[in-house]
Amino acid sequence: MSDLNVTATVVFIFFFLLVTVLGFWASRWRAGDLNSLDQWGLGGRQFGPWVSWFLIGGDLYTAYTMIAVPALVYALGAYGFFAVPYTVMIYPLGFVLLPRFWNVCAKRGYVTAGDFVKGRFGSKWLGLAVAITGIFATMPYIALQLVGMEKVILALGFKGEGFMAHAPLTIAFVILALYTYSAGLRAPALIAFVKDIMIYIFVLAAVIIIPYQLGGWSNVFSGAAKVFEAKAVAGAAATPPVAFAGGLLLKQAQLWPFVTLAIGSALALFIYPHSMTGVLAANNARSVRFNMKALPAYSLVLGLIALLGLMARAKGIDVKNPQDVVPQLFLASFPDWFVGFGFAAIAIAALVPAAMMSIGAANTFTRNVWRPFINANMSDKQESDMAKLISLIVKLGALAIILLVNTQFALDFQTLGGVIMLQIFPAMAFGLYTRKVHGKPLLIGWAVGMALSLCLIWIARNPTTGAFVPNWATPLGVTIYIGLITVTVNALVAWVLSMVIPNAGADETKPSDYLDAK
Amino acid sequence: MKYLLLLVPCVIAAAAPFYNMMEPQLFGFPFYYWFNLALVPVSVIFIHAADVVEGDNK
Repeated sequence: MSDLNVTATVVFIFFFLLVTVLGFWASRWRAGDLNSLDQWGLGGRQFGPWVSWFLIGGDLYTAYTMIAVPALVYALGAYGFFAVPYTVMIYPLGFVLLPRFWNVCAKRGYVTAGDFVKGRFGSKWLGLAVAITGIFATMPYIALQLVGMEKVILALGFKGEGFMAHAPLTIAFVILALYTYSAGLRAPALIAFVKDIMIYIFVLAAVIIIPYQLGGWSNVFSGAAKVFEAKAVAGAAATPPVAFAGGLLLKQAQLWPFVTLAIGSALALFIYPHSMTGVLAANNARSVRFNMKALPAYSLVLGLIALLGLMARAKGIDVKNPQDVVPQLFLASFPDWFVGFGFAAIAIAALVPAAMMSIGAANTFTRNVWRPFINANMSDKQESDMAKLISLIVKLGALAIILLVNTQFALDFQTLGGVIMLQIFPAMAFGLYTRKVHGKPLLIGWAVGMALSLCLIWIARNPTTGAFVPNWATPLGVTIYIGLITVTVNALVAWVLSMVIPNAGADETKPSDYLDAK
Repeated sequence: MKYLLLLVPCVIAAAAPFYNMMEPQLFGFPFYYWFNLALVPVSVIFIHAADVVEGDNK
């Protein structure tokens, strides 16, 4: 432990303890009966526009994002900046769908996307399909939050053998699991305030001080450009030559993957269980609309965070694993106490989404798997007990993936998760606007989309390493995001079959349920 | 009209070939980077306009 950065670690632990106290105290914040799923899993649907802003922002812009987006920009330059157009697209889309979704869910007591689909189409099987898709996509996402946290803990200088190497991460996660268990959604809601304020400070400091150290923004870009050019030259000179796709601008071949990945990711974002949980916790549709205009502030921050990748290039930081680049850039640029602050911000940024994801998955399992298929007569207390238990299991599962399997496994399943998450988009989007496309065709469309997604992911995987990649080099010569192809097929199948198959299944919702309460 | 307003920022964001260039630069930022960042507040203006146009028919 001789390399331990003591000052940074002390600051880090201070902030971690602060949010731990908040997490446990949260059960008393705006108190409600935590023995009901509405209270435990949605915080009582009472968060106004500003609390929702912190909560949803804290939920969507995760620790993993803060590590992975600059890592991609560090590795490839312009391509990694897809995060910005992607997050530009999510809010106009959210503005169309989410206020209607909030209204119908509040009116009918729905807690999850599966609840809505089941009620709208009268099909518990479609509800189940939506539920397992969401849970499957969420698990690796939680695991990757742990990766984000572990990167900063390692950068503090923790070194240990075997089990000890993961001890700090395990302790942090067990504490998180405990206060999520007791306080439910109130815990991440309260911690999100601390997280978001810390992230804003961290980013402002980074984008002012690091370019200043480098002699201005133009040096950041020209410095990064030089490194990318040198890499391209070195790659071309190697035997055999290695094509290097990085640069300050997109290469011709990157345009299609860039655009389709941005669109596909945008369609998927708000149907992840944790995003829906954050949205449904708002107090009314007005708060949701307000947030579609206020949340882009975080996208701006994300864009600036992405530029950390170029700053690291300009500063000459050389790491084998690009995911180490943000911690290393911080160590090279800031005094120890601020390193501790920045690392704490990233670690706390892992806690909020990890809590929300486990709550989202737990609500989904309870409402759309257990209740309809195992025990239809659950009491409110049984429901919340079940969800609490599942939130623990989900977090332990994610921890086990990181400790026992490996990070690549989580990354592969995260890639796959994004693609299959999109497969519930047709049911959600059609469902919020029309009943002409209905249950059975949507279920068949989902199944086709899932099967096709698995096939294409398998075909497109990296031939040497076997790693899953999100894009597929189509026979037409362009490379396209797999999820966008499969969701298109999925939606077409559902739409066409809806004209053939009789429209059975009861719709328990009314058109007025989707509109704002007057 | 509401949907058209919301579509505009999405289409611009997807039009990568049109903003994939170095010039003109702004405060040392190549066009590609500052255009993308500037698009974020612009998208908010469009969403707000859609909200206003929709009025009370919600």
